Amino acid sequence: MNQLERIQRSLTKKSAPHFEIGDTVRVHVKVIEGEKERIQVYEGTVIARKGSLNTETFTVRKLSYGVGVERIFPVHSPIVSKVDVVRQGRVRRAKLYYLRGKKGKFAKVEEREFVGESKPSAQSPAAKEETVTAS
Amino acid sequence: MTNGLIGKKLGMTQVFDASRLTPVTIIEAGPCRVVAIKTKELDQYEAVQLSFGEVKERKLSKSELGHLKKNQAAPSRILREFKKDGNPAVGQVVTVGMFQKGDWVDVIGISKGKGFQGVVKRHHYAGGPESHGSMFHRAPGSIGASSFPSRVWKGKTLPGHMGSERVTVQRLKVVESRSDENLLFVRGAIPGAISGLVIVRKSKKS
Repeated sequence: MNQLERIQRSLTKKSAPHFEIGDTVRVHVKVIEGEKERIQVYEGTVIARKGSLNTETFTVRKLSYGVGVERIFPVHSPIVSKVDVVRQGRVRRAKLYYLRGKKGKFAKVEEREFVGESKPSAQSPAAKEETVTAS
Repeated sequence: MTNGLIGKKLGMTQVFDASRLTPVTIIEAGPCRVVAIKTKELDQYEAVQLSFGEVKERKLSKSELGHLKKNQAAPSRILREFKKDGNPAVGQVVTVGMFQKGDWVDVIGISKGKGFQGVVKRHHYAGGPESHGSMFHRAPGSIGASSFPSRVWKGKTLPGHMGSERVTVQRLKVVESRSDENLLFVRGAIPGAISGLVIVRKSKKS
């Protein structure tokens, strides 16, 4: 097994993007249309990371016109050119599947370090309680 | 030299080319040493015998060692014969370099043993309904007519031992070939368990 693991390590990206569960990220995706190549940005919350080494994937959830959209990206795929962390989230579990059943402010992840505006910080304790009891 | 070589299945993973994800099996293939060459005059058929891997000398029997020593080969437990291709000489080494990216290969292995299995798993019988008062679930059912032939036809599919048999998967694409590490990446799955012995040869259907 060690030999396979060593090969798998050789197939990973040299500088894998760093982000955590609950973070709001902007994923820069390479899109090939015919011969042209362009970058598409997909922004949302990371709700899961699965797999290990070169087969690791992460799931990004966002609301698009009121409809929940989830995209799964392989961490080490060349089409994922860059992952920017927009906001860090404070969460207490590894999989945020409970966000799927929530609407409005309950479907938000509390921010981690700096609490900027008063509004989200006032909302977040309520959201926090709700999510913990629900899940 | 030969039309193939011996290897060991290391396991499955995935690789990316420009944009697509490809499932691959990694095989540690070769290096294999030419131990003997069978000729039409001496053996009534033509073949090249290759050895793979090394073991301690004391692990081998006298007859095995004698055969290897006669050809100045390192002690090895695994010997397999391959078709002759060109003019090989005893002592030459066959490496994974014979396969390049984009080639087609056949992979032969011993499938995982499943033990004694019923007809549903072993021969894909449909089985009966599970509920609604049904008393017929996974049994084979009738195995033939009565007065004629008064016996069961040869080859009737019945429960029995499944797996642990030689399986060939034809026409797999070589995704990558690392000759410095003796590694071969083929697309898709190959028979057998991890660290099982496999034979990789040029595809018959390429």
